[in-house]
Amino acid sequence: MRAVHAENISKLYYLGERAPNSLRDAIGKIASFARKPDDAHKLWALRDLTFDVADGETVGIIGHNGAGKSTLLKILSRITKPTSGRAEIRGRVGSLLEVGTGFHKELTGRENIFLNGAILGMKRTEILARFDEIVAFSEIEKFLDTPVKHYSSGMYMRLAFSVAAHLEPEVLIVDEVLAVGDVGFQKKCLSKMREVGASGRTVLFVSHDMSAITRLCERAIWLEHGRMRVDGEATDVVSAYLHEQSQTGSERSWTDPSSAPGNEVTRLRHVRVINEAGVTQSSADIRKPVGVEMTYDVITDGKILVPNLHFYNEQGICIFISHDWDGGWRDRPRSSGTYKSTVWIPGNFLAEGTIFVTAAVSTYKPLTVHFVARDAVTFRIIDSLDGDSARGDYAGLLPGIVRPKLHWETENR
Amino acid sequence: MHETEITKIVPATAWPSLELGELWRNRELLYFLTWRDVKIRYKQTVIGIAWAVLQPVLTTAVFTLIFSRFAKFDTADVPYPLFALSGLMVWLFVHTSVTMASGSFIGNTNLVTKIYFPRIILPLAATFAALFDLFFSLLILVLMMLYYGRGITRAAALAPVFLVISLVLAAAFGILFSALNVRFRDVKFALPFLLQVWMIASPIFYPLSIVSGSARLLLAINPLTGILEGFRSALFGTEFDLPVIAISLISTGVIALLSLFVFKWMEDDFADIV
Repeated sequence: MRAVHAENISKLYYLGERAPNSLRDAIGKIASFARKPDDAHKLWALRDLTFDVADGETVGIIGHNGAGKSTLLKILSRITKPTSGRAEIRGRVGSLLEVGTGFHKELTGRENIFLNGAILGMKRTEILARFDEIVAFSEIEKFLDTPVKHYSSGMYMRLAFSVAAHLEPEVLIVDEVLAVGDVGFQKKCLSKMREVGASGRTVLFVSHDMSAITRLCERAIWLEHGRMRVDGEATDVVSAYLHEQSQTGSERSWTDPSSAPGNEVTRLRHVRVINEAGVTQSSADIRKPVGVEMTYDVITDGKILVPNLHFYNEQGICIFISHDWDGGWRDRPRSSGTYKSTVWIPGNFLAEGTIFVTAAVSTYKPLTVHFVARDAVTFRIIDSLDGDSARGDYAGLLPGIVRPKLHWETENR
Repeated sequence: MHETEITKIVPATAWPSLELGELWRNRELLYFLTWRDVKIRYKQTVIGIAWAVLQPVLTTAVFTLIFSRFAKFDTADVPYPLFALSGLMVWLFVHTSVTMASGSFIGNTNLVTKIYFPRIILPLAATFAALFDLFFSLLILVLMMLYYGRGITRAAALAPVFLVISLVLAAAFGILFSALNVRFRDVKFALPFLLQVWMIASPIFYPLSIVSGSARLLLAINPLTGILEGFRSALFGTEFDLPVIAISLISTGVIALLSLFVFKWMEDDFADIV
């Protein structure tokens, strides 16, 4: 049974002065014989999009900003109508394009639960039946009768998500709502989402968080300029997408101090991926060590600094984080100047694929993050299948986040 | 097992349907949004809902001072304060609800762009919220009628009918201006002016009897004329001016249909342009 059926959905927007926004424009437009807007001002946010979603399927929608992801969700949520094409959704639709839509800051938590519930499409009786659950999930019992304007942003988000999480639709449409709240609460939201997916409901989920997509969705749709680019298994689509995304190479410099990652303590200058000979490389043999070198300026004297590098794979999963604990600078305050820190990843450790490196410098007592340069550099790990990597003689699909070559012992007894 | 809901998504059509079923299914949302508008209307004010009482009372006092002492309108046997309040309460209701409804989309942008519901609910909620103030005015009116020793006659049972007609009129202009306001922000400047002209053109602080018979019929094209005349006749037990009421009723109906049509015709791209 299919829950969503979309057929040739297109959406056209008019840009610029053409769409009449004031009376004078409208009069002008009528006077000029309702001239059709010229093509230069047309923008097809979606073009001939056709797809089906099966009952109980969890589908992630990915793509650049402006690829049409949000427009698609808006059309499926009936917020705006398509210019052409049609769609049909079987089952009660719940759409969460924003957490806390319709919350009013002058109203209390209790009042907002009812108002927001009604806005999301819940009946009063449903809200009453789930009221205690909603309150318990949000952890705001004590502030239930306080106007939400006095809430911290964390409390506000928790309450808003709790109402939404108890909507229990058959088809759930979610847009990036998880990008908010503290880490603990994000975890809670993700597990709630997984629960929704696992309970046999259909979920359409837009996110820029690729690891959330691969964890939550079986299938992903990649939109590009309003058209379908790839529709397939989530891990495949995400990895193809990330691969194309990574315009960052294996070496990157920040020449302008004002735009370089950093603060008044330290600032990033340069990151590169090197081989054993110290030469920059964009791809490395799986058997050989890989070095990642970061160069940074220390501006303020007397701080203990810990450079650290974070390694992510194509699915957005953090493979590991490495801190400089062992160097001679662990407890040693630094004087100002330029520093270069290099970490060596042994051969036969990383799995094949694209590795994304985030470079950061922190201080741990007290915890301060001076800068985090996400995806500062990338490199590829390649297995040339010579027979002496961890693959041995097997050339097929080999899953796993790392691929260590381990010692085996077999005895014939 | 409940029946599976099927949502059909199709492009906008030239002749949109009224979707009254959708409106009915979302009646609880209408209730909650009305309740919200009432709740927040007097929040953060020092005297709170006392404003709902003060507004008609103070305006009546000012009108009485100006028009009964200096202009000396002939309101037959009805004391002028009573005459003024009966007109003002209807006017204040229409004025408040049209003003609040006209801003209902641009003041709730995130509701329009982030969630689906029959769009007409927003201006309707603003209109219904204004009924709250009308209720207080009505209370004052009853108290004043008792003070002036005017019994509540049998005809008074018809008074609510005229209030309902004023509700239809207010809702019609509310949805019309709310829709126009999304596309033409000129409404924000034009509306207060239009309302001012409308107030002067309506028999609120003067009786319709100051003009002759045929001119009355012309004035009755203004729907408020018939509503006010009918409301007062019901309250004070005077004779109903049926031709005037009939013309105003037709006029109200035409305005309501036109407003609904304009609204339905414009609502499809609210989310894209608000």
